[in-house]
Parts: sequence; structure tokens; C-alpha cells
Amino acid sequence: MADSTLPIGSAIDLTPPGEVYGTWLDVVQDWVTTVDHKKLGIMYMVYALIFLLVAGVEALLIRIQLAVPHNDFLSPEVFNRLFTMHGTTMVFLMGMPLIIGFANYLVPLMVGARDMSFPRLNAFSFWMTALGGLMLYYSFIGGVGLQGAGSAPDVTWWAYAPLTERAFSRGHSTDYWALSLIVSGFGTIGAAVNIIATTLCMRCKGMTLFRMPLLVWLYLVVSGMILVTISPLTAAQIMLVIDRYLGGHFFDSQAGGAPIVWMHFFWVFGHPEVYVLVLPAFAIANEVIPVFSRKAIFGYPAMVAASAGIGLISLSVWAHHMFTVGMTSAQNAFFVLSTSLVGVPTGIKIFNWIATMWGGKIRFATPMLFCVAFLGQFLFAGLTGIMLSVAPWDWQLHNSYFVVAHFHYVLVGAIVFCFLAGFYFWYPKITGKMYNERLGKWSFWLFFIGFHMTFDFMHIPGLLGMPRSIYTYEPGRGWDGWNMIVSIGAMIQGIGTLVFAYNLVYSYFKGPDAGPDPWDAWTLEWTTTSPPPEYNFATAPVVSSRRPLWDLKHPEDPDSRYE
Amino acid sequence: MSASTIPLAHGAAHEDWVLPYHGTVAMLALIVAETAIFLIFVVAYIYYIGKSISGPQPRDVLELPIFNTVCLLSSSFTIWLAEHSLKKGARGTFNLWWALTVVLGAIFLAGTGLEWKKLIYHDGLTISTNLFGTTFYSLVGLHASHVIIGLTMLSIVLIFSLTGKIKPEHSRQLGVLSLYWHFVDAVWVVVFTVVYIIGR
Repeated sequence: MADSTLPIGSAIDLTPPGEVYGTWLDVVQDWVTTVDHKKLGIMYMVYALIFLLVAGVEALLIRIQLAVPHNDFLSPEVFNRLFTMHGTTMVFLMGMPLIIGFANYLVPLMVGARDMSFPRLNAFSFWMTALGGLMLYYSFIGGVGLQGAGSAPDVTWWAYAPLTERAFSRGHSTDYWALSLIVSGFGTIGAAVNIIATTLCMRCKGMTLFRMPLLVWLYLVVSGMILVTISPLTAAQIMLVIDRYLGGHFFDSQAGGAPIVWMHFFWVFGHPEVYVLVLPAFAIANEVIPVFSRKAIFGYPAMVAASAGIGLISLSVWAHHMFTVGMTSAQNAFFVLSTSLVGVPTGIKIFNWIATMWGGKIRFATPMLFCVAFLGQFLFAGLTGIMLSVAPWDWQLHNSYFVVAHFHYVLVGAIVFCFLAGFYFWYPKITGKMYNERLGKWSFWLFFIGFHMTFDFMHIPGLLGMPRSIYTYEPGRGWDGWNMIVSIGAMIQGIGTLVFAYNLVYSYFKGPDAGPDPWDAWTLEWTTTSPPPEYNFATAPVVSSRRPLWDLKHPEDPDSRYE
Repeated sequence: MSASTIPLAHGAAHEDWVLPYHGTVAMLALIVAETAIFLIFVVAYIYYIGKSISGPQPRDVLELPIFNTVCLLSSSFTIWLAEHSLKKGARGTFNLWWALTVVLGAIFLAGTGLEWKKLIYHDGLTISTNLFGTTFYSLVGLHASHVIIGLTMLSIVLIFSLTGKIKPEHSRQLGVLSLYWHFVDAVWVVVFTVVYIIGR
């Protein structure tokens, strides 16, 4: 798709960087010791994709077990370990590395910088995250402390006290869980500090805050949120480790400690975490939708304000996870109202995306397909969210499959869909090769159909009273058929994921050259070669509008004229 | 074929393109994250005041560490004086004030050590004795660990300074370190209030 007629052809250094071939040891050393934000970003993404496959397999095992009643495919103990590892892996080893990987790769390119503010801190953050993942999965081998104590953690991903105390979780599996989250948390905080410093201090000339691409804005908000959400988790995990190793009593109910304190501390992290994961998904939609609608984003300032608003409101909604623990009516009312309030800025965003597409010349390439599906799915997930934010409704459906369906609708229907869009959108930039559009479409439709089979129908057994985290159920409760459909949908999603992964590998070797700007896009990362050279830009760019590449392609009608 | 020919600027003048110093921004971000960690420990401490089901209780064993507090808080003042002297190029005065900061911080740490020694060996209060012990050693220990990190960095700077490696152009970097030190001192004000005044 190299297009030599692009007006930028003569303006930028398109000489491909010289290929350097060495032994495989040279290549390994190059990647292990690198401080280049692009290589670290790619490592984050590959790391996240590997754990996506691992946690996906765990989910499939869970779904095989639940497909029919009275199944004995998995033992109850193994089932507990699998859903604990599935949740923990997807949030901390898939979700967080994925969002940070995209930030690492894109933020410096989009603000016209040559690297992050602190390249070595960046490498440190990545390797801390990697160590956290290794520690968690090492528990399968090293978690056995006592006869029959079991290996991997089995305390669920929210790990309520006092189940996690030494008396009830023997062996080392819970220790590995706590330590790996502390370690990867340090990596995440380091990355957030780095993103903030890069955004505020490394912008190229003319890139004022309100000329930054929306993706960069949203990552600024997300990084600020990471600072105040991951830290409480780290603090709570330190308390848990003190309890388990030093005989402390933070969550030890026999010595006066209160398990409810853990619940509050965990959800003070846990709920904003959902927004930490979903705002980068919005960020990708903000970049993809305008390019494929051939229009500038609608309502840029409103989008910035709504993102900041979501960030702020999300810090005060955590106890909607705790409506059933017996809070006072005033507390319940507060969290009902604050949770419903999140619907306002998210609604603004959905309207802005629709307005961006309205009257546009829409191209349904694979990234756009994923983003359009995201719009509808996120709306639906938001509506069930509003339902669950109402305390009496939540009392009925707390810890049921309705809740599981709701949050997977957000996590998969919004976050995974947008990130798949992001992978397809920036794949030509990252590898220099165009992905296979036919395979891309296949992966979309498989994933889309599988997603709706799984998570649409998962609401129904939830409404019929099926609780979450059970390893099997009796026949004749009206849950049987629904669970079978859900499990079949999960398999189809698995196939869609494999087609996606195969596309990435296949296109890397067989794909046609993509050229610097295959999408006719407008942000700075498309002004440099694909893949970009180590220094990103031969000369620091100077911008004078939100769409510098539009200005370059249309000197007769630049955006800067309207600012 | 170079990017310098990109006509990305449309007549706008950018000579005054000044962005904040990334060290300061990163330290402020780190301070926000640290504040959240301390906040969780402080909330846990306040929540568990008076909830210990066995002794010793704070009122029985804690004494107000007034001297310690004065030392730590005045070190914030001396580090400011040190920075000020460096900016003026008075490197001898800088060494003096910087060394005094290290000494004051070390006195604070030693004072905490003596307090803990008394609590452990005389009063029999350890981290596993009761809820008070758990929350007290965690919160004060978390702060003390930050003092240790700060003292290590201050001492490294002192060694560089005594060997003549610190020059006025480094004052921006030292400003980042002193920002951290001010934060550690400010946290102590909160810890002191919560542990020794409200909790006693």
C-alpha cells in the first residue's frame, strides 16, 4: 500500500533503516537491553497477547466445565484456581500491559518526541511487569506449601479477607498472588509517571495541550488515575503480606481486624481500574473513528472534559460493589447516585462518536468494524450498568451471572474490541506490513458472533438466579440450554482470536509493504516511516493544528486556519 | 529528504516554546501515588483506633516524639537554605546546610529506632501483638522507610558535593530531590497528628 503520490513523500526521510542481521543472540540482547519506547511498547503488547491466549484458554476450560449440568470435567479446586487466574491474568497481565504498551508506542510518536521522558525507567517498568507475571504463574509450580494445600491461587481475583489469611489459605499460592500484584503495580506506577512526564514535557513545538491527539489526552487522564488507584491496591497488598508473613491483624477478624476494610481498599482500586482499562479503549476509538469517517472528531473539548469527568467520578463509585454488605441507606444512596452519574460523560462520548460518523464517508475496514461494534456494545453494557447501579436491583442480582455478563460486556465488548481495532489500525505502522484484510474481516465476524452468543445469553441464567463462581449446577433449573449456547459462543470467540493471532504472524512475513500512511490519517505517527526509525523523527516536527498531517496534505485549506 | 522541509508551521512563532522540567513533573506524579499509599495506611490506622482486643494500648506506651519531630521538620528548612546557597554559587555554605540536613534526618531515624527498641523490649509491643501494633509499625515503618530512601539519596549528593562534583547548574535536579524530602516531612506531620495526638 506504499503510496508514493502522498504529498508527504518529498517531505520526510523515507529511506528505510538499514537491515542489521546478527546472530539470534544479538537480537535477544538487543531486545532485552533496549530502552527504545517502540520496542518496549511491542514487548508490552506481545506480553499482553500471550497472556490473552493463556487466560483465554482458562476461560474456555471454565466454559467446558459449565456447558452441561453435573459436569466433572474439572474438579471444584481446579475450577476455583482457574477463575482466579483467569480474572487476575486478564486484568493485570493482559489489560494493564496492553494499555501501557499502546501508550508506550504511540504517545511519543503522537506528541512528536523521540522517546519517553525516562527511557530507562520505561525499561524498568516493563521488566517489573514481566516479573510480576512470571511470579503469578510460577505459583503453579511453587505454590504448594503443605500437603493438599494446592498450587495456584484460588481466592478469586478480588480475594476477600479473611479467606486470604494464613489460617484459611495455606501454602504459598496467595503469597505469589499478592507479591506479583505488588511487583507489577510498581511497574504500572512507573509507566504512569513516565507517560505524564512525556505528555507534559516532551511535546514538539506548537503541540499545545489542546492540539494533542485525543488519545494522548485520554492517556494523560488514565495515568493520573493509575497513580491514585494502583497505589491503594499496592498498600492493601502490603497489608495482606504483613498479615501473612509478620503475623499482623489488618484483616484478621479474630483479633479485631475487619474484612470489610479489605473490601473497601480493594474496590477503591477495583472500580476505577475498570475506567483505567476502558479509557484507553475510548482513546483508540477517538483515533480510528475519525480517520475511517473522513471527518475530524466531533466535539474535541467535550471529549476531553468528559474523559476528565469520568476519571473524577470513577473515584467515588467503588462501594456499588458492596450494596449487599449492609451499608447505611445514606451510603447506598450516595453510591447509587454517583454510579448513575458516570452515565452522563460516557453518554456525551457516545453522542460525539456518532456525530463524528454522521455524514462522513465511512470506510468499513477491519478497525472501523471493531469500533462500530464497540459503540453498540458499550451502550448496552452501560445500560445494564445503570440497572446494576440501582441498589435494590443489585440486591437481587449481586454475584449472579447477570453481573458477570455485564462486566464482560464492558471488558470484552468495549475494551477488547477497541484494542483489536487498535492492533489492526497501527499494525502497518508497527511492522511496516499491511495485515490481510480478508483474515481481518473473518476474525471480526467470528469474534463478533461469538461475543454475542456468549455474553448476550449469559444475562439470562443470571436473571434466572445462577450465581457466579460455582463449578457446576443441577439440571432442570432452566439454566442448561443457555449455558451450552454461552460455551459454544466462547469457542467461536476463541477461533476468532486465533484467526487474529494468525493474521498478525502471517502478515508479518507475507503482507505487502504498508508505506508510511496507509490510512490517509492525520496524526504525527503517520509522518514517519513504517516502522519508524529508532529516533522517530529526523527533525523535530512543528505543528500548528490538531491534524498536522492534514495541514501538510491540504496546504490550501489547513486546519490551523480555523483555530 | 529531511523532515526539516516539512511546512508544518504556518507562520506561528515558537521561540518561546517552554515546557515544564520533566524531573519535577515526575516527582510530583510520584508524590501523588505515594500520597495515595499513605492515605490507605492512615485510613486503616484511624479505623482501627481503639479496636485492639488486647493490650498494650497507645495511651499506655506512646510518648510524644517532640525532639524528633523538630529535627525532621527543621531539615526541610535546612535543605531549602542549601538549595538557596547553591543557586547563589556559595558551595561551602551549600555543603554545610546539606550535611546538616543529613544529620537531622539521621537523628530522626535514630530516634524512631530508640522508640521502637523501647516499645519492643520494654513494653512488649510487636507488629503481631495486637491491632495497634500492626497498624502502628506499618504506618510509622512506611514513613521511616521513606526517610531511609531519602537519607540515602541525600548522602549520595553529599558525597558528590564534598568531592566537588555539585555545581550551581545542578540545582534543578537537586530541587527534585528536595521536593521528595519536603514530602517526607509533610507526611510526618500527618502521621504525628494521627498516631500521637488523635490516636493516643
